[in-house]
Amino acid sequence: MMIRIDNGLYRHGAFTLAIDLRVPRGAFAAVLGPSGAGKSTLLNVIAGFEPLAKGSVMLDSRDMTMAGPAERPVTAVFQDHNSFAHLDAWSNVALGLSPTLSLDSKQRNDVDRALDLVGLSALAKRRPGDMSGGERQRIAIARVLVRKRPILLLDEAFAALGPGLRREMLRLIKALHASEGLTTLMVTHQPEDARTIAGSVIFVDKGVVRAPEDTPKFFASTDAGVRAYLGEWT
Amino acid sequence: MTRMPRLALLAPAAVLAAALAGLVPLLVFAAAQGGQFALDAYVWRILGFTLLQAGLSTVLSLAIAIPAARALAFRPFPGRGLLLALFAVPQALPAIVVVLALVELYGQSGWFGGLLSLYGLSGILLAHVFFNLALALRFCLEALEDVTPENLRLADQLGFSSRARWRHVEWPALRALLPRLAALIFLLCAASFVVVLTLGGPSATTLEVAIYQSLRMDFDVSRAVTLALLQAGLCLVLVLLAGQLAAPMTGPPRLRLLQPARRRAGWLGLLAVAISVALVLPPLLALLVSGATSFSPRPILYQAVGTSVVIAMLSAGMSLVLAWTLALLQLRLPRSRGVLNAISLLGLILPPAVLATGWFILLRGFVHGPASSIALISLLNALMSLPFSVALLHGAMAAQLLPQDRLCAQIGLSGWARFKLIDQPALTRPLAQAFLIAFILSFGDLTAVLMLGSQGVVTLPSLIASEMGQYRSATAQGTALLLALLSFTGTLIANRMGRTP
Repeated sequence: MMIRIDNGLYRHGAFTLAIDLRVPRGAFAAVLGPSGAGKSTLLNVIAGFEPLAKGSVMLDSRDMTMAGPAERPVTAVFQDHNSFAHLDAWSNVALGLSPTLSLDSKQRNDVDRALDLVGLSALAKRRPGDMSGGERQRIAIARVLVRKRPILLLDEAFAALGPGLRREMLRLIKALHASEGLTTLMVTHQPEDARTIAGSVIFVDKGVVRAPEDTPKFFASTDAGVRAYLGEWT
Repeated sequence: MTRMPRLALLAPAAVLAAALAGLVPLLVFAAAQGGQFALDAYVWRILGFTLLQAGLSTVLSLAIAIPAARALAFRPFPGRGLLLALFAVPQALPAIVVVLALVELYGQSGWFGGLLSLYGLSGILLAHVFFNLALALRFCLEALEDVTPENLRLADQLGFSSRARWRHVEWPALRALLPRLAALIFLLCAASFVVVLTLGGPSATTLEVAIYQSLRMDFDVSRAVTLALLQAGLCLVLVLLAGQLAAPMTGPPRLRLLQPARRRAGWLGLLAVAISVALVLPPLLALLVSGATSFSPRPILYQAVGTSVVIAMLSAGMSLVLAWTLALLQLRLPRSRGVLNAISLLGLILPPAVLATGWFILLRGFVHGPASSIALISLLNALMSLPFSVALLHGAMAAQLLPQDRLCAQIGLSGWARFKLIDQPALTRPLAQAFLIAFILSFGDLTAVLMLGSQGVVTLPSLIASEMGQYRSATAQGTALLLALLSFTGTLIANRMGRTP
């Protein structure tokens, strides 16, 4: 198992989320559920941004319950603010290898290659403020590449992009998933994204994270909570 | 677009007239002397000391506030709320109260008497840092807390060291703020009056105090004019540099809910927090302890409270009417926004000593007795509170009124009906808050009373000052505690109102 959370309980004020989750190595799971159900919370717990009140987090077969975000085998990509505004694209990617930006020649090569792979070579010297939303997200994806952490968490990473651009990014992610063998969790509000790209669906509803279900099975589910969430969409 | 009645233009006209009544006599007087400004060694020395103490106060305040803010930001720990509340207190205290507390601590017979010489540069710095360290800390904390949670998480994920955090997260967040914050603190210290008057001396005096002394002690109007013009020029430059920071800063900083973090503060940050507490807390304790043990109710005290309330009510009333109109005009006449903003900042550009000097020349021979004195003091206080109340009301109105404009236009709601139904419910709290802030500023004011006061006008702050002057420091401590508690309570209520219900 790449991700294994046993008897997890997250608590913040009156909000609670029960997490009991196993995600196999190399899986691509979509995380679906109503707004405010705790989809992002699940990702934050895995990434180490928020602690569990109870339970344990095993990542890549190691106990990471008490580990800080930097120690975990995880890279998270958010909807926005994935880069620092005062640094150009190249430096923003390079931060993934060294927080002090002191890179050896091999690492420099890695950064160049990653930028090339996501199609940003020509924009390496631009700052995020002078780039489009899609280009900014490519910086984050290039950083995923150089960091080489086996778990990738996408927290509505492409929600702010138009449909064409979103599909293009999903293709890029899918290719990465295949070539790097990344175990990927993707929070999205677009069930069709889940259907086209994800092998399984983790449904978060009413304070509970449900076990991953095969995508076709999930969309055919007769469960009342799932039906209410999907609505007319089939 | 809602139209403004012509009558509204009276507000900026009145403020401008009051300012010109301060400035024009100075220029005329200077011209009548053949434009000969006595820029002698004395004037240069005073300008030099003004800049020196303001510069040192600014550097010290920022040098402690920045590392302290770094240590306190993004880091929830038990007692953090209490600590932030502590740093909100100095803003609520009148200068004379703080001076008295410092005397009680570091004066010759104080708790730490002999530790440092309170009179002169070191005392002035101590008082200015007391006020501005807390101010700077809160501004810096707010700027740091504006960093997006995603960027913070990114920094955590990438395993940033303290240095990398500073370089990539904290410094970019503070970079835009610091020059303006420095200008604001410099301005507040350059125009500071009560602190320098009480803790300074012949060799440690600033333009503001020298103006007062030329005018009220030496009756040397021409020197006062020279100093006042210099002071107005200096303040104009600083107000331009400080920009929109001359806005209200009341209450503890608005901080987001923080994710529990495992980040640890470095020793430098902890040291800065410790120094901040050591500078801010003891004077407050001294004030409480000696004030409580020496408080004695007496007739002159009630009379002073009464006069202070009258002046503060008048001043806050004027300030509210002017600020309300100016804020509305800024909103409804966006093209004149710059001019209107400059008018509302006149109280900062022309410090009290400058305005008082001009009015003094203009009204020589006309004004006698307590009634006219009280009127002038109230007006001066109202002008001084305008920059804050206009900014506060403009902010509230822009947030509350503008979004309603389209809907109101569509259903044909305008004028009184709109005010009653839409605007009034949304504006009651900000209006009350603006009134209260102007009230507190005026209530704790000593500057205007000293500049424009006459015999028989005794306010709470001026009572403290005169008791101090007569070496009745125990009585003064009690009076100071009363003033501090009243100001603090008022500020607390104003802060409550500032929060969205």
